[in-house]
Amino acid sequence: MDLKLKIWRQKNSSDQGQIVDYDIKGVSPDMSFLEMLDVLNTELIEKGDDPVAFDHDCREGICGMCSLQINGKPHGPDAAITTCQLHMRKFNDGDTIYIEPFRSRAFPVVKDLVVDRSAFDRIQHAGGYISVNTSGNTQDANAIPVNKDNADHAFDAATCIGCGACVAACKNASAMLFVSAKVSQYALLPQGQVERKKRAEQMVAQMDAEGFGACTNTGACSAECPKEISLTNIARLNREFLNSKFN
Amino acid sequence: MSWFSSTFSSSIGRKFAMALSALFLVFFLLMHLTTNMLSVFSANAFNEASHFMGTNPVVQFLLQPVLIAAVVFHFVMGFILEAKNKAARPVKYAKKDTGNATWISQNMIYSGLVILAFLVLHFIDFWVPEMNYKYIEQLPAVTDRYYGELVHKFQNPVRVVAYVIAFVLLSLHLLHGFQSSLQSSGINNKFTPGIKKFTEIYAIAIPLGFVLIAIYHFINH
Repeated sequence: MDLKLKIWRQKNSSDQGQIVDYDIKGVSPDMSFLEMLDVLNTELIEKGDDPVAFDHDCREGICGMCSLQINGKPHGPDAAITTCQLHMRKFNDGDTIYIEPFRSRAFPVVKDLVVDRSAFDRIQHAGGYISVNTSGNTQDANAIPVNKDNADHAFDAATCIGCGACVAACKNASAMLFVSAKVSQYALLPQGQVERKKRAEQMVAQMDAEGFGACTNTGACSAECPKEISLTNIARLNREFLNSKFN
Repeated sequence: MSWFSSTFSSSIGRKFAMALSALFLVFFLLMHLTTNMLSVFSANAFNEASHFMGTNPVVQFLLQPVLIAAVVFHFVMGFILEAKNKAARPVKYAKKDTGNATWISQNMIYSGLVILAFLVLHFIDFWVPEMNYKYIEQLPAVTDRYYGELVHKFQNPVRVVAYVIAFVLLSLHLLHGFQSSLQSSGINNKFTPGIKKFTEIYAIAIPLGFVLIAIYHFINH
């Protein structure tokens, strides 16, 4: 199939950037979206042009590296997948496809479609961990009884791959779904109890310091999340934060 | 940073404060509707209730300032949050698909602005003349004047239309805002589907009640 691509091109973080049109012909419906971009880049390199920079790594939907706002939706039109799992059969011959970087003040554009998502790393560093003494006496986690519901919910929260689609989808560029998943996975497990209050306080403080917006409960984040992280996690984060402040 | 500023300068703390003021205003709407409802059934009962509300010192000097503070806070905090949220995405998307998010959940600021415009009109219509009557000109208490004043206001079709438009927007605002305020307070559990249904019924029934009362007086007088 033949497609018209409207791709955000930006030389570096200080460049203004603009949408540039590209025509691509003979795209196979069996290609993944990233393979289609690979083909485009090969053509650009052959012509001596600068290839389009975009993030990717595992191409199996688990690393959280790929991104892209495709026709206004993070990871494109399909539900519960990442861009690397999106196939060109989801598009029609002759379609125009807008490809933009995830937009947020906290995710500055590095080049073209690549954004710096290290704000998520800094939020994690602020409290998204448990302190375990690994001197050789560490207790086997499987030996600690955990309520099945809590274990399931913690696991669901832990499936977050930190791709940033929630931020990209939210009209406020809020990171609440990401932070709520990271807080929830520990809040629900025995190992997370010791640092529970500090974790919620510090991760929320870092989230605000990075410049993400506030949650207005539109639900756009959860709908676009490739791992379908639930909004109940955001309510839990609200509880965890308020508990840390009022209890 | 002090406990107060670290709590209420945080995005979650601000949303919680916003939610508390919202829940207070949601409850106030029910009180207001109950009083207005009396005007349909009995002019005397409406006059008595209005006189009580207008002269009782607890209502006048405690509840009224709290209500005004809640209204002002809700609007000011709404604008602050909106400005911060807008600033979180300085470069807009060339193409945006809002997906499953409802129009109203994405545009609470606009329904809020219409409600604010209505509140200004409402204050000019009722509150300012009332304050003038009681505290500036200090006119003698006339206990049966309220019903006549209410009916007189609803003779003007332009006012009734403005009233209906404002309450449609209020209904939309509540459809998202009521359940959103519970989520912002951390309430999301196995009862949430039922609670959400209740908030939706409330969000439609309360504004509809105000509208029907206005239309009733417009038609019957």
